[in-house]
Amino acid sequence: MTALAQLRTLFRYRLLIHSLVGRELKARYRGSVLGFFWSFVNPLLLLLTYGLVFTYMLPVAKSAKAEPYFVFLFCGILPWTWFNASLLESSGVLIAGGNLIKKVLFPAEVLPVVTVLANLVQFLLGLPVLFAVLALAGRLAPSALLLGAPLLVQLVLTLGLALLISALTVHFRDIQNILSHVLHLWFFATPVLYLYDETPRALKQLLRLNPMTHVVYSYQQVLFEGRFDHGRGLLLAGLAAVLVFALGAFLFDRLRDTLAEEV
Amino acid sequence: MTAPAVVVRDVAKVYRRFLHKNQFKTLKSALLRGSLLSDLRPDQTFIALDGVSFEVPAGATFGVIGENGSGKSTLLKLIAGITKPTTGELHVNGRLSALIELGAGFHPEISGRENVVINGIMLGLTRREVDERFDEIVAFAELERFIDAPVKTYSSGMYMRLGFAVAIHVDPDVLLIDEVLAVGDEAFTRKCLDKVGEFRRRGKTIVLVTHSLGLVEKMCDDALWLRHGRVADRGDPKRVVDAYLTYVAGGEEALLTREHGQPAAAPAAAESMTPAAPDEAPGYRQGRWGSREVEITGVRLLDDHGQERHVYVPGETLSIVLDVRSAGPVEDFVFGVGVFTADGVSAYGTNTHLEDFVPTRLAGKGEVRLVFQDLRLVEGTYLLDVAAHRRDGTPYDYHRGLYSFRVKSRIKDVGVYRPPHRWEFSGGIGMAAPEPRGELDLHAEEAPAADEAEGAET
Repeated sequence: MTALAQLRTLFRYRLLIHSLVGRELKARYRGSVLGFFWSFVNPLLLLLTYGLVFTYMLPVAKSAKAEPYFVFLFCGILPWTWFNASLLESSGVLIAGGNLIKKVLFPAEVLPVVTVLANLVQFLLGLPVLFAVLALAGRLAPSALLLGAPLLVQLVLTLGLALLISALTVHFRDIQNILSHVLHLWFFATPVLYLYDETPRALKQLLRLNPMTHVVYSYQQVLFEGRFDHGRGLLLAGLAAVLVFALGAFLFDRLRDTLAEEV
Repeated sequence: MTAPAVVVRDVAKVYRRFLHKNQFKTLKSALLRGSLLSDLRPDQTFIALDGVSFEVPAGATFGVIGENGSGKSTLLKLIAGITKPTTGELHVNGRLSALIELGAGFHPEISGRENVVINGIMLGLTRREVDERFDEIVAFAELERFIDAPVKTYSSGMYMRLGFAVAIHVDPDVLLIDEVLAVGDEAFTRKCLDKVGEFRRRGKTIVLVTHSLGLVEKMCDDALWLRHGRVADRGDPKRVVDAYLTYVAGGEEALLTREHGQPAAAPAAAESMTPAAPDEAPGYRQGRWGSREVEITGVRLLDDHGQERHVYVPGETLSIVLDVRSAGPVEDFVFGVGVFTADGVSAYGTNTHLEDFVPTRLAGKGEVRLVFQDLRLVEGTYLLDVAAHRRDGTPYDYHRGLYSFRVKSRIKDVGVYRPPHRWEFSGGIGMAAPEPRGELDLHAEEAPAADEAEGAET
């Protein structure tokens, strides 16, 4: 099973992955004034933008269930940022790391994995801010402890997609251009800005096919609504994530030998 | 230690090229038909290595030589495991470290210290091993003062030094080196060579890809010559290097003849592949001016057998022959020849006027011959100026840098001129005489690898 072999490789190289994630985070904000604070400031600014737009400029009809809207938005935007940034960065990661793949005996899958994990760390760093906001809004409930469940599903899904995208982009550079648009569409097809519960039935059927719907909806339930009854949906999304990971691992393995020649 | 360190059995490597236009097509069709993998088919193939087999015994220092594009680096990448052979088998026994590109994994934004740690881990060390060797690595790279500065502030020499230091301290059983010993200043290069020598003494296996033939002769126990992706020769380094040099000299001969614009009268020197040279190329007259009252219609470079040649070894005879012609009788004329190094430094220049010849009459055709009986130039490419002009310098026909010849030597002395010389030692100086080895032999009749040609130089 390719996916298992892949996992073994990743485990064997955990020390390297660990140091590369550290390096990635260190290098990311080196030279900027706010430095590490950008990890907190970035999601806040994004939140502010969407919050202002959808509260004052385009006040969409929303139910009282999504109030306070800023807090609701935060619960979905933070994990989405992790997802979005991971995939965008992984599309270029093999090309940028071409030197490593070509000149050093180096397991190429380490690179997209490091990208996903570095963004995971950013996400985790944003969580204290989110908890603080939830506490201020009086919304911090014990169900927040279930956060790990959607997080795990999202991690597997993101890893699978990152492997897939990174390997394919080496052969089809077009993907780098298309990807940001696809992710944009995907963002709106995921209930981040609006309530999943209150979407029309027909639309709901469609949204249900998107694994990120279940992930984000679960985040919103455990964090914002203080309850969790979406276990079945999240489990199905988890299965889909495992399949995506298996596919990503398989494809990456098939393309592995061509990577050093094509980047 | 009986098992060979590297086994290469009938290995071929075929590179595939995808044309961009077709790549777009494949994406489209791949998306439409969902046949992504089967559509990744090449448009062109390039055979980098073909049927290469050899073994490197454990503890040996193995040199790989060959021209650019002969497949040396591909071979090294295959041994390193960076790419896979298209067909054939390849095994490496023991821990391997490859010095292919130094500092390949460095991140410019973070400090040298952090880069050493990550690079070490990348090359297969554990965290503790890196910590243990850290001071040694930094000391070897001579970067104690800068180790906490970001790598982007390093000079390229510092960068290379740090890369080399990390890679060499991985302490592999098999070390692959690709032409990286030429980095840094003289002192550091020597240090690297010392380190490599230490590896040899400790019985480690080294595979060295290099253009430095001297290094191969000096350090290697065994050498392999790759030509167009195939093994051309293998065995004793001196013999292989000789064979290779002879081959290269033949190739250069052909090349210079072509540049020269005149084909050799008969296929001249050793295994000469001299093709029929094209007619005077356009732009050939760029470096030519003068009134043409006296015209230089041809310039030939002849060796002591009267054969036209463009590659010489020091000590040979080189004759420069000018065919001249004048329309009417001329009484004021001077012939001159200048020899320049490839970077335009005058090595030697003279003319008939400087040497006090007094011209009397020139009419119709004639031949001027300047004979250097003993060509005492060091290795390099030399350009020729030839001219006919008046005594006051007004040119009749001036050819600047239109002709070139090359001097090849096994002795890599430096400068321009090699005066006849000898070394003498006395007192408490012990100095073994160099092995007698003649200059490279460029003549056709003798065996190409003859070690005892001509007189010993130094």
